Amino acid sequence: MSTPRPKVRIATTSLAGCFGCHMSFLDIDELLFDLVEVAEFDRSPLTDIKHCGPCDIGLIEGGVCNAENVHVLREFRHNCKTLIAVGACAINGGLPAQRNHLELESCLREVYQSRAGLGQGGVPDDPELPLLLDKVRPIHELVRIDYFIPGCPPSGEAIWKFLSDLIAGRTPRLSYPMMRFD
Amino acid sequence: MSKQFLFDGRPVRFEEGQTILQAARAAGHYIPHLCWHPDFPPHGSCKLCIVKVAGRHVSSCALPAKEGMEVESNTPEINGERRALVQMLFVEGNHFCPSCEKSGNCELQALAYDLEMMGERFAHFFPDRPVDASHPEMLLDFNRCIFCELCVRASREVDGKSVFALTGRGIHKHLVVNAESGRLGDTDFSADDMAANICPVGVIVRKRVGFATPIGARKYDDKPIHLVDMEDGK
Amino acid sequence: MKSHEVPPTPVGRIVDRHGRHANRLLQVLIEVQDDSGWLSPAVITEIARELSIPRSRVEGVAGFYQFLHTRPVGRYHLLFADNITERMQGSAELMAALCSKLWVEPGKVSEDGLVSIDTTSCIGMGDQGPALLVNGRPLTRLSHQRVNQIAELVRRETPIEQWPAEFFRVDDNIHRRDALLGLDMAPGAALRAAIGAGRAAWMTQLEASNLRGRGGAGFTTAVKWMACRDAAGADKVVVCNADEGEPGTFKDRVLLNSMADAVFEGMTLAAWAVGASEGYLYLRGEYRYLLPALQDTLALRRAQNLLGRGILGEAGFDFDIDIHLGAGAYVCGEETALLESLEGKRGTPRIRPPFPVTHGYLGRPTVVNNVETLAKTCLIALHGGEAFAATGTAQSTGTKLLSISGDCAHPGIYEYPFGVAVERVLEDCGASDIQAVQVGGAAGVTLAGYEFHRRIAFEDVPTAGAFMVFDSSRDLFDVARNFVDFFAHESCGFCTPCRIGTALLKKAMTKLAEGHGAKMDLADIEWINRLLRNASHCGLGAAAANPVVDTLLKFRPTYEQRLKSLDFEPAFDLDAALAAARRASGRDDAAAHLADRAPGS
Repeated sequence: MSTPRPKVRIATTSLAGCFGCHMSFLDIDELLFDLVEVAEFDRSPLTDIKHCGPCDIGLIEGGVCNAENVHVLREFRHNCKTLIAVGACAINGGLPAQRNHLELESCLREVYQSRAGLGQGGVPDDPELPLLLDKVRPIHELVRIDYFIPGCPPSGEAIWKFLSDLIAGRTPRLSYPMMRFD
Repeated sequence: MSKQFLFDGRPVRFEEGQTILQAARAAGHYIPHLCWHPDFPPHGSCKLCIVKVAGRHVSSCALPAKEGMEVESNTPEINGERRALVQMLFVEGNHFCPSCEKSGNCELQALAYDLEMMGERFAHFFPDRPVDASHPEMLLDFNRCIFCELCVRASREVDGKSVFALTGRGIHKHLVVNAESGRLGDTDFSADDMAANICPVGVIVRKRVGFATPIGARKYDDKPIHLVDMEDGK
Repeated sequence: MKSHEVPPTPVGRIVDRHGRHANRLLQVLIEVQDDSGWLSPAVITEIARELSIPRSRVEGVAGFYQFLHTRPVGRYHLLFADNITERMQGSAELMAALCSKLWVEPGKVSEDGLVSIDTTSCIGMGDQGPALLVNGRPLTRLSHQRVNQIAELVRRETPIEQWPAEFFRVDDNIHRRDALLGLDMAPGAALRAAIGAGRAAWMTQLEASNLRGRGGAGFTTAVKWMACRDAAGADKVVVCNADEGEPGTFKDRVLLNSMADAVFEGMTLAAWAVGASEGYLYLRGEYRYLLPALQDTLALRRAQNLLGRGILGEAGFDFDIDIHLGAGAYVCGEETALLESLEGKRGTPRIRPPFPVTHGYLGRPTVVNNVETLAKTCLIALHGGEAFAATGTAQSTGTKLLSISGDCAHPGIYEYPFGVAVERVLEDCGASDIQAVQVGGAAGVTLAGYEFHRRIAFEDVPTAGAFMVFDSSRDLFDVARNFVDFFAHESCGFCTPCRIGTALLKKAMTKLAEGHGAKMDLADIEWINRLLRNASHCGLGAAAANPVVDTLLKFRPTYEQRLKSLDFEPAFDLDAALAAARRASGRDDAAAHLADRAPGS
């Protein structure tokens, strides 16, 4: 009799994203029951665990727009054997990256200082606030990424197919209808 | 009697003067392409149509077929290189599919799907490129240009207007319009021009009709480009 | 010609002078710019109107060539040659010094419009560098003293014609002569011999010589000429490719300077063989200073009945030569790009087949040959094909001119029979303690010390003539990086792999140079190389990664020493990416910075 396989430990996070990919993940509905048979969750909006421990799989939604995103991404890379970019923003910066042609400094001054009616306004300088990067970056430009699940968001079906392939030891592949960049 | 060559091991008949791509298409075999169009002579710039003949890579859109040639096209090696070329195009421009009205009807995106481009390989250039909304009916979003020159050729050779041209060189190459102001609205461009309807990506788009087709009903939603493109008779 | 109701404008006069032909567009743009300093949007519109071509075409061409300016440049426009050999002689420091003396940033125009300073690719002065172009004229042997003098002359707005002539001295620096450089031929002697022998016999001699193209590719000249001769269509054309752009090459400069008669005679010999009536010498913009003397030589040859109608009394042998200027585009050395440029278009290589011998200039059968190849045909006409084939090796007959620069006592031109060993050349040019030689320019091969026994020949190490020497004090990574920047700058941008691949390579080399590299970047370089090699439209792209691949193979530690980690490093400088937000918020606390590496990783 074979001993049951230990559960796969998964962490998830959303960086500069909209949590749409996480919502799509939840769209696998009753398959979540199947998933928790074989997987357990570490740091994730689903568990409210604040920091990531050693994991098998990390799912990253969103690109990198600020210093905090960098720290979180590094924490995931450090702890996850397999790191996956989930969705358009993680893969190419997505919607947030459409600010990349704007000059950040003048943008911040416009929003916090120079616009009429701001009075004593100034660019916030609270050390608690993460500073913005000059450009929003896809996560593969910061750390090594093992897999990508495209889509905005990827369908729950695509995420499920990908994860079940991965957990079963197959190189994940998406069928044509699951391949979407939008 | 017509001659024949081998395409991925299968015999393909051809007429003298046909290119590999033309002959393969006539025989029902798709070869990926972006800058090739049946109404124009081969251009040979996108390089998506590369195939291997006698161990050498060639552009199938440009090379005339020859008796007894052995052509490799749909192989993991060639498709891997084609995928990388598409990945290059994706980092060169600003291709944000979710907010692009061409999504679902875009040949670049459809090829990326077909070649299973799951993600990216290279670092982005994030170039600063303009949008030109000066024309009453048409919009130019240069962020999405892949330099296939189909609009350049259509406007010059079919419309007789030369509304578009490429200037600059290397990674700084860019599309310009035929006006001292640099604005499309100051040219004689018309929404009925062939050039207005030939862009394989989302650079030259019609105003006020974006996102009209629901997701699921768009050109490449259900069927991959290797099927759609052959049905088109294009 | 169009009649003018009002007196023609300067642009109109230039267009008139070129017969109002659209295929003279590049020449028109060059001359209009001479007149107006730069090509403003209004000037571009006017040129289009005068030539009756779409404005978009004019803008497309104007934006392609580095020496055409669609934005204003300084009244003194100085371009420092940026090849690695000039870098090694301190060109970057000299340029920085000149910039600071004249209060101008590289690539920008001074506020008063007086001066602009930038870099350009190799200008063919590698044997007397560092060098620069000032308003198109080469200025050699730069030193800090000379830079100070230049700054003073610019500040005083001294016209360039009044600058010391010594500044503009260009020496031939011929250190070894063989058959060609030792030739003392009266103009017309080779032509008389060939005409005397008859057309068919002349081709037979050429065939017997087994002469191969000296531009690098090594195509057999007789095969090319016969194909053109036999091609359908009248109005055949002979083109001399004097677009010597391969970094480190300058032998054509010397031939055009001191043996122009032999070059033009070679073109005429080609015309005689193939039945051509028109000839063009495509002269790279960097060599424009040679133009007046070349025109004089042509005039003299016309006077001697060596050009024109019924050459040397041979009825029906009508042939003349026109000189076209390039304007700063390496890719135009590729023969089909050159033909496009000759037709007044962007220098984009054509699809081949068809080849120029059947469909060349304006679709006519065209022979395109290198300067040295054409000059050498004179030797064959004078002494016969067999005599020519008696030197060199089995597959590489005759001699080869080498342009030697870099770390050696006597840089300059050396002519050797093919088959000469690299070590022999190094000894002759006074090179010692050498770790590498770049043969064939940026697109060529990097030879390490253990390969110096190899021979210059098509069968072993082929070359168009560049031979750059690097002693043990040099870092071969810097050499490769310089060449990568060169290819990115010179890519015409036509095909996907070269346009994007050369830019990605440049990014990767910059990342390594700045100390942010990782093993993953080396893997990326190798993958980009494969795409360039397999999918590029022309040889420029296919060869663009050669210097990196060669040095990665033979000098790998110079890359590895630069790696920050073995695995992966971000594509950009993380802390620098926060700088704008730091400035805007006025913060400089610990959280306002990003360490290079994650703690504990």
